[in-house]
Amino acid sequence: MSLVAAKGRRTHVASADVAATLSVRDVTVAYSNGVVALRDASFDLGPGTICGLVGVNGSGKSTLFKAIMGFVDPRHGEVRIASLPAAEALKRGYVVYVPQSEEVDWNFPVLVEDVVMMGRYGHMNFLRIPSVEDKRKVDEALERLDMSGYRHCQIGELSGGQKKRVFLARALAQEGRIILLDEPFTGVDVKTEVAIVDLLRQLRENGHLMLVSTHNLGSVPDFCDHVVLLNRVVLAAGPTARTFTQKNLERAFGGVLRHFRLEGGELHADEDRRRVTVLSDDERPVVFYGDERGDEEPLRRKNHEDES
Amino acid sequence: MMDVWDFVAVPLSYGFMQRALIASIFIGAVCSVLSCYLVLKGWALMGDAVSHAVLPGIVIAFVLGLPLAVGAFAAGLFCALMTGYLKDNSRVKEDTVMGIVFSGMFGFGLVLFTKVDTDQHLNHILFGNMLGITARDLVEIGIVSGGTLLAVLAERRDLLLYCFDPQHARAIGLPLKVIHYSLLVLLALTIVASLKAVGIILVVAMLVAPGAIAYLLTDRFERMLVIAAVVAIGSSAVGTIVSFHVDGATGPCIVLIQAFVFLLTFFFAPRRGVFALRRA
Repeated sequence: MSLVAAKGRRTHVASADVAATLSVRDVTVAYSNGVVALRDASFDLGPGTICGLVGVNGSGKSTLFKAIMGFVDPRHGEVRIASLPAAEALKRGYVVYVPQSEEVDWNFPVLVEDVVMMGRYGHMNFLRIPSVEDKRKVDEALERLDMSGYRHCQIGELSGGQKKRVFLARALAQEGRIILLDEPFTGVDVKTEVAIVDLLRQLRENGHLMLVSTHNLGSVPDFCDHVVLLNRVVLAAGPTARTFTQKNLERAFGGVLRHFRLEGGELHADEDRRRVTVLSDDERPVVFYGDERGDEEPLRRKNHEDES
Repeated sequence: MMDVWDFVAVPLSYGFMQRALIASIFIGAVCSVLSCYLVLKGWALMGDAVSHAVLPGIVIAFVLGLPLAVGAFAAGLFCALMTGYLKDNSRVKEDTVMGIVFSGMFGFGLVLFTKVDTDQHLNHILFGNMLGITARDLVEIGIVSGGTLLAVLAERRDLLLYCFDPQHARAIGLPLKVIHYSLLVLLALTIVASLKAVGIILVVAMLVAPGAIAYLLTDRFERMLVIAAVVAIGSSAVGTIVSFHVDGATGPCIVLIQAFVFLLTFFFAPRRGVFALRRA
């Protein structure tokens, strides 16, 4: 397994010996205003996985992230990370969180390198004085994301794609094995999107586990090997080919998505019975092409499948 | 040249002016460092609330024969905790809850004050009595503000991360609640240290202005701390001296100078000032 290879190369990483697993078991979260944001959610993910988390706004994606990070206590059920209770795994620095761009105060007086260094805090003593090793990891992370030239920029001076890269660099510097990415493709250019997907694929090779919430339905089949479809409950969870079907998506988004279908004379001059279905959640749409059964696989973009 | 010398030297020939100057420097230093966090966290109203809420604590401590600083600290912290509890258990937003809690406690303090015969002047509690600072007060101010300053500086990176990105702090396993309450405790201590000098009404200016001024002048947090400290200590010293010459209350003079410096920065800051932004 790729985990073994990763272990051989990076023995200095405390968390590298740990199998990146995430187990969500019967998790129900209710807020104090009485709204049940998530009911009996269960799924399991193992090392070397990129899992897409898909659902309408308010379907419980952020709540699930909050439950994994211990920001909300489930009414019942349990989250286990690397076979440990979530709180213990967090304490050991196994979990990395890459925030949505909208959640960050970009006017904050911190430089790019300061943000990336925050990824190393868990490795430092309580005074957070960086060691030579910490500085090296920050340099490496900045280098890997092509952000070395911007290290002394205040974070608000960057473009949308660069802003995203800063937080990905911080994620790398932290060296956690379980990475939660909240809407990583919102507001980024195509070049950055490709770079992010490539990075995620490399991390998957090294046995990392990534949970990616996204509205970018079209790219889900491109890079996610697993998918969890949410709408207050887990509608479906499993390998993309089996889970990310037109039927399931219509259940997850029932009427919310922009949705259109081309068939018959609109599409074919001949007797071909196949049809095109386009589902879009404001970002890149997902396209199904096949007959009426509605269980065909979504189209994938072959071009950057071969890059990794 | 002689005039400038006299301007400073004449006031400082009095013992009470020397003590006032030293106290103002201590307080300026500790308030400025904390103000950087309050400004970035959006906690200006929290500073105002905690400072107003100390009043009943002072009166009750007097009745019980405890040091007034202890009562003030406990009441300030109670206000912050109460606000958190009410916010978590209702749909009302935090700033609204805070407004109710601190004005309620302030009102309670005023009622208590008129009923209890303390040896304190209400004016001195509300607006400070910089010129009445005794040697013993000075020691107390020095210990509280010195200790608070050291604690903030030692934990400055964790506090900054807490303000900037609490989710990341959580993800790397930092004890978020502990950091949150530490910041509140440090805020309450700072207010207690500043009470005698600037009073509970005006201390919020000391807790906001230096950070706001520094925020307009730099993009680096460590520099922000230094600039805020220079501004606060400078304006405290100048304000104290000026108050002697204009025969005005010292606390208000300091606050006035800080507000003036803020306006200057607002218009003329090299990159973030109004004129610089217009040119850009």
